[in-house]
Amino acid sequence: MDLGPHATFIIASYAVTAFIIALLIGWIFAENRALKRTLSDFESRGITRRSDDRKRELRKSEAHSVA
Amino acid sequence: MALIDLANPTRFLTLSGRILPWLAAATALCFVWGFWLTAGAPDDYQQGATVKIMFIHVPSAWLAMMGWTVMTIAALGTLVWRHPLADMAGKAAAPIGAAFTLICLITGSLWGRPMWGTYWVWDARLTSVFVLFLMYLGVIALWRTIDDPTRAGRAAAILTLVGAINIPIIKFSVDWWNTLHQPASVVKMSGPAIHPSILVPLLVMAIAFTLLFFTLHLAAMRNEILKRRVRSMQMMQAEAAPGR
Repeated sequence: MDLGPHATFIIASYAVTAFIIALLIGWIFAENRALKRTLSDFESRGITRRSDDRKRELRKSEAHSVA
Repeated sequence: MALIDLANPTRFLTLSGRILPWLAAATALCFVWGFWLTAGAPDDYQQGATVKIMFIHVPSAWLAMMGWTVMTIAALGTLVWRHPLADMAGKAAAPIGAAFTLICLITGSLWGRPMWGTYWVWDARLTSVFVLFLMYLGVIALWRTIDDPTRAGRAAAILTLVGAINIPIIKFSVDWWNTLHQPASVVKMSGPAIHPSILVPLLVMAIAFTLLFFTLHLAAMRNEILKRRVRSMQMMQAEAAPGR
C-alpha cells in the first residue's frame, strides 16, 4: 500500500488512535481487576453489604420453611 | 424488559455480563472488516492517501458528540426520572467521550497540516470541538471534586445539560460561520457527497467505533457499580471500627 508523500501523517494518526484506545481499554480492565480484588478482600474478611446479608437471611428462612 | 427493570444494579451486572463478550466480539469483527475496507479504499482525487485519516477522524468526531449526547440523556435520567443507574452512565461516558474527542482533535490536526498547511486554526468548528474537550475534562474534574456520589451526580448532570448547547454549535458551525473546516459531506439533506468506494469503509469504521464506545461504556458502568460497592463496604468497615 503506497501512502504517498504524507505517509508520516497517516501513520501518526493511526498510531495515536491505537495508543489512546489501548490506554482506555487497559485502564478500564485494570480498574475492574483492582475493584474485584478489593471486593473479594472485603468478603474474605467477612465484610458484606447489608443487602447481601438480607439476601442470605432470606435464603436461610426459605430453606428453613421448605424443610 | 423495561428500562426501570435495569434500575437494580445487580440485575444490570448480570445482564451486562452476558452482553459484554458478544459486544466485544462484534466490535473486533467490525474493526477487522473496517480496516480491510480502509486498506483497499482508493485515494481521493484531491487529497491523495491522506483521505485514510478520515476513516478514524470522522467516527471519532461523531462519537465525541454522541458521548455528550449519552451524558445529556443520563443527566435527564438523574435529574428528572431519578434512575439509579443514570449518574453512573453519565460518569462512565465522560472519560470515553473525552478520549474520542482527543483522537478527533489530534487526527484532525495531523490531517490539517498536509491539507491546509497548518496544524491548528481558531475557526468555529475546531474551537467548538476544543471547548467540548475542555467540558469533558470539567465534568471528570467535578466528579472527582465531590466525595458524595449523589451530590456529584446532580452537579455533573447540571453541567452536562448546560454544556449540551455546544453539540448543535459544533454540528452547524460549518454552516453558520465561514470556516476552514469543510462543510458536512455525509449527514446532509441532499445525501452524502462522498463516492461509495470511500463512504462504505467510512460507515463500517463508524459502526466499529460506535460498538467500541458502547462496549467500553458498559464495562465502565460495571466498574462504577463495583466502585460504589467498595465505597459502601469501606463505610461499613469504618462504622464497625472500634472507638466509634
